[in-house]
Amino acid sequence: MKILVPIKRVVDYNVKVRLKSDRSGVDLDNVKMSINPFDEIAIEQAVRLKEAGVASEVVVVSVGSQGCQDIIRTALAVGADRGIHVLAEDGIEPLSVAKTLKAVAEQESPKLLLLGKQAIDDDSNQTGQMLAALLHWPQGTFASEMEIEGEELTVTREVDAGLEVLKMPLPAVVTCDLRLNEPRYASLPNIMKAKRKPIDTLDISSLGVDTTPRFTAVSYAMPEQRKGGVMVSSIDELIEKLKSEAKVL
Amino acid sequence: MKILVIAEHLNNQLISATLNAVGAAKTLASYTSDSTIDVLVAGHQCSDVAQECQRISGVNNVLHAEAEYYAGGLAENVAQLVLEVTENESYDAIISASTTFGKNVSPRISALLDVAQVSDVTSIENVGIYQRYIYTSNILLTLESKEKVQILTIRTTAFEKAGMEGQAEVKNIAAAADVGLSQFVRTELVESDRPDLSTASVVVSGGRGLGSDQNYRDILEPLADKLGAALGASRAAVDAGYVPNDYQVGQTGKIVAPELYIAVGISGAIQHLAGMSDSKVIVAINKDPDAPIFQYADYGLEGDLFTLVPELTECLAQS
Repeated sequence: MKILVPIKRVVDYNVKVRLKSDRSGVDLDNVKMSINPFDEIAIEQAVRLKEAGVASEVVVVSVGSQGCQDIIRTALAVGADRGIHVLAEDGIEPLSVAKTLKAVAEQESPKLLLLGKQAIDDDSNQTGQMLAALLHWPQGTFASEMEIEGEELTVTREVDAGLEVLKMPLPAVVTCDLRLNEPRYASLPNIMKAKRKPIDTLDISSLGVDTTPRFTAVSYAMPEQRKGGVMVSSIDELIEKLKSEAKVL
Repeated sequence: MKILVIAEHLNNQLISATLNAVGAAKTLASYTSDSTIDVLVAGHQCSDVAQECQRISGVNNVLHAEAEYYAGGLAENVAQLVLEVTENESYDAIISASTTFGKNVSPRISALLDVAQVSDVTSIENVGIYQRYIYTSNILLTLESKEKVQILTIRTTAFEKAGMEGQAEVKNIAAAADVGLSQFVRTELVESDRPDLSTASVVVSGGRGLGSDQNYRDILEPLADKLGAALGASRAAVDAGYVPNDYQVGQTGKIVAPELYIAVGISGAIQHLAGMSDSKVIVAINKDPDAPIFQYADYGLEGDLFTLVPELTECLAQS
């Protein structure tokens, strides 16, 4: 079976982002970009399913600017078979991304769509669920374990109260949580091999998706920083401060 | 405007985040005249939940749909029901709490209605004007949505809970047909006598500095018992296996905003700060004077947690 893994290029998670000087948006010039960490987990899971003989082909797809080629190449180096780059502006809203991915899924007919549970830039946590809805497929979100037997998928989900187990038929959409696996690093030979793997480029306009934004940004701000507090030298002083100053004890 | 709040429940009990979602609905309603707030309860044998929802202040109607296939709050079936209810009743806004249930179901509803969703809203400035954090709580975005239906998930710690002095009417509504896509198998709950982490007024949280699951329990539980606190953890402590993942506070775990947050052996990575920086008072106990957590803590104490935390517990016991 074929697995399609949508991945997003985002600011590296170690980068402390800043606003542009005119506060019109987030300053992304000369900032290190990487694969969204949750998507790395999705790639790893897909590659493991291939190694286990469950999947026959792993295709990664990314929607965005030219820079997406780099993250597709990284995914290929980790073990994906080929890539699809849907050339579009960066920052397309989740609903439009979901519609784009639906169009790609209809062309590719995968049995499983594996996504990260959220992107660490917009923190929306929407695309996988929207994509499942548009395809009328079942969804297993926030997966920390998954098992495929024949045409049936069992997903263990991380929920507020603990864990939840669902069963669903394939094809299905799964969004990956951090504990699903530990992504591997690409080896140098695999990075070299990845250069020969194919990446198809499509223009988003060829997919007939309306990407008109539904939202307009009114303003961006840095959240109020907490005031640096005081260091206390003993437990007695701490308790005293919590009682008389902070009044929380 | 007509607002629908999707109730969340587990084991025939209302999840309190629903009250925060009604609180957010009241805020949204305050910007227009003639607003109504309905609550949808979809489940299997959950009439107690529907009755409890009747008492939520500010609620006009409780819509109760009963079917076996609503057990476990399956996204596919709940979303289909909400789609039909929304089309019948022409709701202008649909609000859920930004819990794992809300995050799972709400985007599915949004896509079915062809409407973009605003996730994890921290402030409602007007109808269509919302604030939310992006980039791991490092940037506060104010955005405008002109969508025909306003679909929001709300950060529970940012909205007051609605009270329980209401007298709404329960209307039994027909279940939507079973979508038949997925099947609920079981929930594995973590049993605890402690207050719920998301809503506790005091949280004691431990990180990798504790060294082991045994130390986590031995050091932090007596302190939490003394304070009536919920126990939390950093991702490092969860990944090291000290505690289950539902203890995790942070961007990918729970967002908390207690009166008092005590961080023990936690360095303060931005992913962790994203989950607790709205706490009223933050105390950090750490042996590393350069730990970033000290830049956010109201009170920092540098030293060995293995002597300081038992001393703190002891002093609290005496006073």
